[in-house]
Amino acid sequence: MALILLRHRDIKNIHRFDVYTENGGYEGLKKALKEFSPSEVTNIVRKSNIRGRGGAGFPAGVKWGFIPKEDGPKYVVVNADESEAGTFKDRELIEFNPHQVIEGALICAYAIGAQACFIYFRGEFMHAARTFESALNDAYANNALGTNIFGFDFSCNFYSHYGAGAYICGEESALLESLEGKLGQPRIRPPFPAQEGLYAKPTVVNNVETLSNVPPVIVNGAEWYLGIGTEKSSGPKIVCLSGHVNNPGNFEVPMGTTYRELIFGDQYGNGVPNGKKFKALLPSGGSAPIVTESALDAPLSFEGMEEHESLLGSASLIVMDESVDMVWAAMKLIHFFHHESCGKCTPCREGTYWLERIYQRILSGNGSESDVKLLESVAKQMQGETLCALGEFATSPVLSTIKHFPEEYYDKVSKPARSGS
Amino acid sequence: MLIDDYPAEIEAIFAKYPDKRSAVLPAMYLAQDSYGYMSEEAIKDVAALLDLEPTQVLSLAGFYTLFYEEPVGKYVLEICNDLPCALCGADDLVEAACNKLGIEEGGTTDDGMFTVKTVMCLAACDKAPMLQVNLRYEENLDEVKLDALIERLRKDDADGVAPYYGVEAFKESLKRK
Ligand SMILES: Cc1cc2nc3c(=O)[nH]c(=O)nc-3n(C[C@H](O)[C@H](O)[C@H](O)COP(=O)(O)O)c2cc1C
Ligand code: SF4
Ligand code: FES
Repeated sequence: MALILLRHRDIKNIHRFDVYTENGGYEGLKKALKEFSPSEVTNIVRKSNIRGRGGAGFPAGVKWGFIPKEDGPKYVVVNADESEAGTFKDRELIEFNPHQVIEGALICAYAIGAQACFIYFRGEFMHAARTFESALNDAYANNALGTNIFGFDFSCNFYSHYGAGAYICGEESALLESLEGKLGQPRIRPPFPAQEGLYAKPTVVNNVETLSNVPPVIVNGAEWYLGIGTEKSSGPKIVCLSGHVNNPGNFEVPMGTTYRELIFGDQYGNGVPNGKKFKALLPSGGSAPIVTESALDAPLSFEGMEEHESLLGSASLIVMDESVDMVWAAMKLIHFFHHESCGKCTPCREGTYWLERIYQRILSGNGSESDVKLLESVAKQMQGETLCALGEFATSPVLSTIKHFPEEYYDKVSKPARSGS
Repeated sequence: MLIDDYPAEIEAIFAKYPDKRSAVLPAMYLAQDSYGYMSEEAIKDVAALLDLEPTQVLSLAGFYTLFYEEPVGKYVLEICNDLPCALCGADDLVEAACNKLGIEEGGTTDDGMFTVKTVMCLAACDKAPMLQVNLRYEENLDEVKLDALIERLRKDDADGVAPYYGVEAFKESLKRK
């Protein structure tokens, strides 16, 4: 199947405006402006069932439909904060296929009546975003941005903004706070961004990959998109493979490809290196529960991991071989969440602090059996009590590693001191 | 003063946003470029420019990891040792960097050239182990490549001013009309 999102791998220099347009670029935007009303565009996107690729899977067309119809300032915000451990797909898109992201955001702007798009890059992308910045220049120079785009009665500006190192700024309401120049802490909702988003105006926040799906859907139609993937999860998905695989990287596959194929298939991960055995998979970086071998035949899709009590999330697959100590791995993830907790609510701020302390105690050989119980009880007390999903994410490595690998915990607390990993 | 160092950049930043306050992070990047870290002067400069209290800018500097509250070396080697990189030898890279430069993690060399820090995932896990130096990525590293990188960085510093690669790119982007 020809690549739909990672088209730069098939078409050299597609980051250039001329090459992009020679290969059908901006045809989706032109078609939308010529043939469809804004609400018809939203309907096509709704019908195609493009679901959010930023982790939560919310249908993009439904989100766009929440934006009030009245005139007035509205915004599209592209989420390019990409900071979940194991996730590196949006970076490839902004670096190598930037016009498709710009075009997707513009189609969204037309559909909701926005006059400006912002892209929020994590600060670490400053150097990598050079191609995106020059794509913006080229888009302005060629009237794909600015006033009366391509001669139509549609005008839109596009601004880039850089964060400065904070995972929580990927959470959409924290992102908006950060873009407004405040501390990147989540907002209490409601109101949702569709009512009061950036500068308290109606705002759509979408992930980079989500918006990259939009132009081909407008060109080829919703039916075409529904023909790719599974019944509930349409379209292609970029999967990020990292950790113990022979061939790490991004792979664009139709939804429904199995996890086993992705990890072991020779055109994908090509198996576990050094003749070691597979042990465990984190299917969505640190933010979804860990699974074992028995889950690998699940199809990669929004529904596929349900029976294994995990999630598609951002499809960032971290593969671990038999040599990995699961208590150490969980500790790494807890360290991440404790470090990245924004501190706004007590259960997350205190909970992640205590979880990290207990892990340190266990790994230094000073833990007791009651510490394992304590980990579970702290995690359970956090569940459902936190202001944003980060606090919830932080509980999953704890509970899922204790569930699947209890012996690794109990071995450490019942034996004399030994060193970490 | 920041406004004297970067008049055009600051004008471009202010023109970008409907609300002035949004310009604070970009202004902080420029300030850090000028002062090397978020010194008291840097904080005051940004606060004056944005009509904020210095304490407000200070709390932003504390919140976001890319702003340094203490002096750092000319080159800040931020090595990712988050889980995926740690599975692929990141801890060895941290150790090699510290040994080579004769410092501990978090420390700065006596000549003020290099600081080594560990950081969370930089979205380049397929090219592990990796690091960023002054906001530019260096990927697929091993000890040999690390040595070569350090030598290269020493040379980049020919005029005595180390490039802040990411912020250079950012400043370039502000030239868009
Ligand atoms: C802690 C946290 C971090 C997040 N990080 C990101 C991120 O880096 N990129 C992203 O697109 N979405 C991230 N999200 C999800 C966003 O809140 C939001 O759902 C998403 O940007 C919506 O776009 P989508 O519907 O196109 O996926 C994060 C959510 C949470 C709770
Ligand atoms: S759950 Fe954690 S990250 Fe989210 S608002 Fe509360 S303290 Fe901040
Ligand atoms: S874990 Fe190091 S770049 Fe992602």
